[in-house]
Amino acid sequence: MSEFIYLTFDGLSRGLVYAAFALALVLIWRAARIVNFAQGAMAVSTVYVAYSVTNATGSYWLGFAAALLAGLALGVTVERVVMRFVDHSSPLNGVVVALGLVLIIQGVLGIVYGNEFLPFATPFSRDAFEVGGVAMLSRYDLFVFAAVGTVVVALTLLFTRTAIGLRMRAAAFAPDVSRLLGVSVGGMLTLGWALAAAVGSLAAILVVPTELGVHPTAMDVVFVSAFAAAVVGGLDSPIGAVVGGLIVGVLLSYVSGYIDVTVAPMAVLALLVVVLLGRPGGLFSSSKARVA
Amino acid sequence: MTAIEARPETGAKALPEAKRRRRVHPVIVIAAAAVLVVVLTYVLPPFRNYQLATVGAYFCVTAGLTVLTGLNGQLSLGHGALMATGAYTLALTQNKWENLPVSFAAAVLVTTLLGAIIGLAAARLRGPYLAGLTLAVAIVVPSVTSTFDETFNSDQGLSVYLNPPPEQYPMEQWQAWLCWSAALVVVLLLALLVRGRFGRDLRAVRDDETAAKLAGINIARTQVLAFVVSAACAGVSGALFAYLAQSVSPGAFPLTLSLFLVMAIVIGGLGSLFGALWGALLLVVLPTLSQSLGEQAGSQRLEGNLALIVFGVVLVVVMLAAPGGLASIPSRISRLIRRNR
Repeated sequence: MSEFIYLTFDGLSRGLVYAAFALALVLIWRAARIVNFAQGAMAVSTVYVAYSVTNATGSYWLGFAAALLAGLALGVTVERVVMRFVDHSSPLNGVVVALGLVLIIQGVLGIVYGNEFLPFATPFSRDAFEVGGVAMLSRYDLFVFAAVGTVVVALTLLFTRTAIGLRMRAAAFAPDVSRLLGVSVGGMLTLGWALAAAVGSLAAILVVPTELGVHPTAMDVVFVSAFAAAVVGGLDSPIGAVVGGLIVGVLLSYVSGYIDVTVAPMAVLALLVVVLLGRPGGLFSSSKARVA
Repeated sequence: MTAIEARPETGAKALPEAKRRRRVHPVIVIAAAAVLVVVLTYVLPPFRNYQLATVGAYFCVTAGLTVLTGLNGQLSLGHGALMATGAYTLALTQNKWENLPVSFAAAVLVTTLLGAIIGLAAARLRGPYLAGLTLAVAIVVPSVTSTFDETFNSDQGLSVYLNPPPEQYPMEQWQAWLCWSAALVVVLLLALLVRGRFGRDLRAVRDDETAAKLAGINIARTQVLAFVVSAACAGVSGALFAYLAQSVSPGAFPLTLSLFLVMAIVIGGLGSLFGALWGALLLVVLPTLSQSLGEQAGSQRLEGNLALIVFGVVLVVVMLAAPGGLASIPSRISRLIRRNR
């Protein structure tokens, strides 16, 4: 029983990171109809920024802030310099350009920092508290809960309560009408990419210290899990991304705890197959009209 | 308005052009290619022959992926895993029976079956959902090999027992012949397949599912068949790689391989089997080039990573500047020249 409780909390903590990462994917998908396959690589590069800043200043929090700022900047750059010019006549084009970015980013990181795992410390202890002899949460888990919780609440408020949020939703939903009404659709798109990239950086900086460390491909498997979370939830639904993230996190935690860590990717695949065969648009998708 | 006005003009232009460039029958092209390959294997030094063999092995999988992604519009990021299936099957059967033709047949058969299973799921999915599922397939290889490590021997992988080729032929030449025979047979079959009704169905489903359905095409069956065909090609390719390396390990089939394959067919030109050849060639040439550049610069960090950057930049630039891929550049240029005359 105690193992079950520990695995559940561990899974929820991981799941929240996947949820944040999935949320970033959903943000861009909703705004631009692109699945940003480069998100993992972009996030890793900002973790390297945090690594450099933390090493230079000795402060985790300066590195943390630098990573988020670098995320915003990278999101703007990628959208303005590359993604804006992708021909959208086929959904494949955006995917392929993103895959190209993955290779460029991983190549550059490998040349600058080398292809070995670099250690990255956590600001809080990762030893779990014990309540009546049962290991539950660590301080770091609480930090993850707080950080991701803040971001989810902030994004929800931004989209539902502010004029900027309304414009962003309008620009994504009906670009032509929004443009006629004076909304800068391109600007909203750039803002969406910046926000998504910053959320991705946050997720990466939270998850990387709990894995082997910083590496150009450190986020590959996390990306696949987060992508699975977004697909399970339905790419269009932010709530779905959070729920999907938690499902994937808890599932992976149980599978790694009770069976073996090596089975985890197979579990993700099985979950995807089961969910998508039942609901090809994800759990939170709205039903689609019949075509013929 | 402009679209309607423009249509008769382009239609009138397109017709004579199509007449002028009457398609040569694939059998003739393949026969010519076979002659060329044999000549090349006698001219080239051993290491180049080995690279030539590698191009042939890649050509199998890129051609199959071209049919799936280019002609049928289904994106697969999991073909690296299908290649791994072919490679591991070859290794296991070869080590058991030591009969290369039987092992090849087994590799293709097992991969085809797996392709049918994935294809059945894939036929229900579109765009990013399909990409997500196949992406999950791509990362499952190391996981399978270490979970069932008694059969697959985890990260170390298996070595493949092979009989040496006949004494009068050097190893590399023999490898090039084998790989290219397989590649040319695969491509010939694919070319014949996509010329006919099946090819028309594939393209109809890609361009407009609703219209295809109304025209009586069974969409799901067409999509599953496309997946099965391309999986079989990936199986051949994987088996060839196991044969070339004389070993298989999960490290040979990472996620980047699956991504490289997609890039190769996109850079080569989606939907054209000739483009798939360009892609296969680039998969071998670009890493070699960047490695020798890295060696000249004397930097180990540069060696492996430069290839990634070059690949990425080529991909992004081609995608933004010439979405038709390298195969479309000659026709683009000739169109430009004709327009300027």
